[in-house]
Amino acid sequence: MSAVVSVTVFISPFPRTADRLTAMLQQSPTPIQGWMGTSPPRVDGPSKVAGAAKYIADIELENAIDAAVIRSSIPRGRILGIELDPAFDWSDVTVVTAADVGTNEMATIQFDQPVLASEQIRHAYEPIVLLACGDPAKLALAKAHVNIRVQPLEPVLTIDDSVSQKELIFGTDNVMVSYRLVRGDARKALERGEVLLEGTYEVHHQEHMYIEPNGCAAWWDDSGLHVIGSFQCPYYVEKALKHALGLPHEQVDVVQTVTGGAFGGKEEYPSVIALHAALLSRKAKRPVRLLYDRKEDVECTTKRHPARVRVTTSSDRDGTLRALVMDVLMDAGAYVTLTPVVLSRGVLHSFGPYKWEQALVEARAMATNTPPNGAFRGFGAPQTVFALERHLDRLAAKLGMDPLELKKKNLLRGGDAMPTGQVIASSDAVRECIRLAETESGYHEKRATLGLANLKPGQRKVRGIGASVFMHGAGFTGSGEDRLKGRVALDLLQGGRVLVRSGSTDMGQGTDTVFRQIAAEACGVPFEHASFATPSTANVPDSGPTVASRTVMIVGSIVEKAGRELGALVRAEMDARGGSFAQATDRLLDRDGRVTVEKQYASPPGIHFDDKTYSGTAYPAYAWACDIAEVEVDLDTFEVSVIGFWSAVDVGRAIHPVMCKGQLEGGALQAVGWALCEEILWKDGKILNPRMTTYIVPTARDAPPFFTSLVEEPYEHGPGGAKGIGELPMDGGAPAIAAAIEHATGLQFLRIPLTPERLFEAWSARQSKEAE
Amino acid sequence: MVVSFTINGTRRTIDAPPLTRLIDILRDHLRLTGTKEGCGEGECGSCTVLLDGEPVNACLIPIGQCEGCELITAEGIVAAGKSASLTEAFVEHGAVQCGICTPGMVVSAYALLRRLPEPDDHQIRCALAGNICRCTGYGGIVEAVKHAAAALKAEGAR
Repeated sequence: MSAVVSVTVFISPFPRTADRLTAMLQQSPTPIQGWMGTSPPRVDGPSKVAGAAKYIADIELENAIDAAVIRSSIPRGRILGIELDPAFDWSDVTVVTAADVGTNEMATIQFDQPVLASEQIRHAYEPIVLLACGDPAKLALAKAHVNIRVQPLEPVLTIDDSVSQKELIFGTDNVMVSYRLVRGDARKALERGEVLLEGTYEVHHQEHMYIEPNGCAAWWDDSGLHVIGSFQCPYYVEKALKHALGLPHEQVDVVQTVTGGAFGGKEEYPSVIALHAALLSRKAKRPVRLLYDRKEDVECTTKRHPARVRVTTSSDRDGTLRALVMDVLMDAGAYVTLTPVVLSRGVLHSFGPYKWEQALVEARAMATNTPPNGAFRGFGAPQTVFALERHLDRLAAKLGMDPLELKKKNLLRGGDAMPTGQVIASSDAVRECIRLAETESGYHEKRATLGLANLKPGQRKVRGIGASVFMHGAGFTGSGEDRLKGRVALDLLQGGRVLVRSGSTDMGQGTDTVFRQIAAEACGVPFEHASFATPSTANVPDSGPTVASRTVMIVGSIVEKAGRELGALVRAEMDARGGSFAQATDRLLDRDGRVTVEKQYASPPGIHFDDKTYSGTAYPAYAWACDIAEVEVDLDTFEVSVIGFWSAVDVGRAIHPVMCKGQLEGGALQAVGWALCEEILWKDGKILNPRMTTYIVPTARDAPPFFTSLVEEPYEHGPGGAKGIGELPMDGGAPAIAAAIEHATGLQFLRIPLTPERLFEAWSARQSKEAE
Repeated sequence: MVVSFTINGTRRTIDAPPLTRLIDILRDHLRLTGTKEGCGEGECGSCTVLLDGEPVNACLIPIGQCEGCELITAEGIVAAGKSASLTEAFVEHGAVQCGICTPGMVVSAYALLRRLPEPDDHQIRCALAGNICRCTGYGGIVEAVKHAAAALKAEGAR
C-alpha cells in the first residue's frame, strides 16, 4: 500500500499571482535543490537520529541542583500558613515562597496569575512552595516536610457551575471574556426559515503530550540571568522574567534548547517554570534545573479548552443555508492565559467556509477552578469547527442529502463575504481540495456501498466514510500582526554565507530548515550557505511568538524580504567591482565590519479588523482543506479503526513538501486521537489519568495510512506564495471521524471522544429502544 | 552491586544499587543521552535500547538484570555506522520532527530489520507500536523503514 498519494495542483486565481508564479517557474524551471519547493534533508535530522541533539535534560550544567514544586491539593481555598518541619534539616535545601518574588504576577494577556500562590488557591495544582537541593533523594524527602495549611472553599469545576454562578470566582459573573459577532438579524431569519435545526455539541480537554516534558535551567552571573530550556516562545519567557524580577532586557538571556515537541503546550506555561527556576537559582546562588516528569507535566500545564457549542440554523428545503446562530461556551480554567484569543479564533472559524446571509455568534469563556487551559494547535477552531461540521451532517440527514453535497452547495464563492464582512477573492482552492479528497478516497462510491444500510446479516464489522470541510486563518487575529511588528535579521558572513537570526523556534516543525530555504533563495545563495541562529533573546530580534501558523507565512515573509535586500546589496557590489558573490561579500565585510539587514513586518495594505464590531479582515490569508475518514467499527468490541485518512489541503506553496506533509499528517493524527481515544478524566478538580499509560495517544498501529494531497493557491504576500498550515490539520479530523462512525453505525454523536464505551452504550440504548 | 556488561561494544563495570534503572545508568553514569525519557513507565518507548538483541524500555530494566548482557543504544547503532541507510531514510522521508522519540524509534526499527529484512507496512507498524511519536502521524516513519529495508537489500545484493 502506498502511504502517501500526492497531487500538487496549482491554482492561480489572481492575475498578479499567476504572473508572479509563471515568472518564478520560468526563472528556475527545475527548482534549485534546497530552495523553496524542494525537500532538502532537514538540517537537524542527523543529530536527532544519532541521539546527539541536546535537549534540556541532556545538558550537563556544572554545580547545578534539582528543584521541586509543592502545589495545592485542593481546587479552591485560602492559604492559612506555610510551615517547615523544624525537625527536618533544611540547611542544604533552598526554599522559595511568594515572599521571595519581586512582583508576584504573570501575564500572557492579563496580569492575573501569581508566580507562587500566597493567599488564594484557584486550582488543584497551584504552585505554592519551591524547593531545590543538591541531593535528589533529600529533595524528594523534603517535600513531605512542608506543611501548607489551607481553608478549603467550594470549587467551581464545570462550565455549568460557572455559568450558574454556583460560586463567584471571577469578576461579577465568572465570564472571563465574551464576544459577539453579528451579521444581519439572524434570530429573525430563524423564524422565517423553511428548515430549522438545533443541536448542542461538546468537545473535551486535550493534552499536548509532546514526548519531551517541559523543563528549563536557570543561573545568574555578573551579566544577569540566563535561562535555557524547552521553549516555544523565548521572548514570552523573557517578558515574564523581566516583569516579575524587575530586570531590564540587557540582564536577561533566554535560550531555546532543542525542543521535543510543543503544539502550543510550551507557549505560555514555560514562563511559570522559568520563573520558578530563576527564583530558586537566585536564592541558592547555584544553577537550578527544573524538569517536569510526565505526571507533573500532564497535571499542571495547559490543555485544549473544552467547549459546548449550541448551533441553530435555518435553511431552505433544497439545502441552501440562510442563518446561523451560535452560542459558544469555553472552559477557561483558573487564569486568563491566552483564553481571549483562543475564544476569538473559535468565533472567527465558527461559520466555516460557507455562505451565511445572517449570523449571530455569541461566545463566552467561563472561569473554573481547574488548571488554566491554553494554547493547543488549532487554538479554539477545532472546537467550533467540530460543532458546525457535525451540525451540517445532521442537517443533511434531515434533508435527505449527502453531507458533502450540502457543504459544496453552500461554499463561499469569489466575491462573497464571511459573516465578519471579509470578502474572499476565490474559493477555487477549497473546491479543488474537496474534488481531490472525494476522488482519491472514492467517497461517493463508499457512501453508497458501505455503512449500516449495507451491513450483511452476521457481519460483525461495519465500515463508514465521512468528510469535513474547513479553513484556518494564518497569523495573529485581526490587527495583531501590526501590534506585534515581528522582526528578523539576516547577517552576511564570510564566503557568501547568510545567517538568519529570528525569535521563531524549531520545535520539530522545521523552522530551522525552512528559514534557510527561504533565505537562500531570496539571497540567491546555495542552501548550504544559509544558517539559522539558535534563538536567544540576547542575540535574535523578537519575531513574535512561534504560534498561530504564522512562522512560515508571516515571519518567513520577513526572512524573504530581508534576504532579497541582502542579496541585492551583494549583487550591487558585484556589479560595481566585479568578482563572485563570495568575493563581493568578503569585500563588504572587510569594509563595513558587519553587514546586517533587519526587517520588520508590515501588514499588506487593506488589512483592517475592528475588534469592537468584530468585523473586517480577520486573517490576511486562509488555508483550506477537506478531510475524509474511513472507519471500521467492530460491533462486538466497539473499537474503531481508521482505515484511511484522505486530506487535501491548500497550503499556498509547499516550501518543503516532505515537512509540509509531515505537519499535515501529524496534525491530523492528533485530531484522530482527540476524536477517538484521548480523554482527561477528572475527580474533584484533579486529573485521574496524568500518565501516558492512562491518557492514550495513537500508536503506529492505531494511526491510519494518510493520503495527503497538496493544492497550491499562492498567497501573494507569503514567501514563495506559502500560507500558514501548522494548525489547520487539527481542525477537521474529529468531525470527519464522527461522520464516518455515523455512516457506519447510524449513531449520531454530538460529542467526542468516541470511545468503545460510548459507542457500546449508544448502540445498546438504540437496541433496547427498538426492542420496545 | 557491581555489574559488568557490554555497552555499544565496550565492556563496562558499574557499581550501583541493583534496582537503579538502566536508563539512569546510561544517561547519568555513561552520559549516553541519546536514550530519552518521555514517561518513565515503559509506555512511550523513547528509551528503547537493545538488551541482548531484544528491544526493551531502559526505564523498566533494573541494572542488576544486566550482568553479562550486551547493550546497544541509538548511539551504538548510528554512530557506529551500523545502519547508515536507516539514518538516511529517517532524515529523508520525514521520519524526524522534534526528534525526541527518534533514537528509540531507530533502535526498534534496527531490531525489526535484523529480524525481518523485508517487513510489510503492518509488520513495521507492529514493531514500532511501542514507540510513540506525537509529531509525524507515523507515515514518514513507516516510509523510512521501508526505504531502509530496500536499501539494505540492494546493499546485500551487491
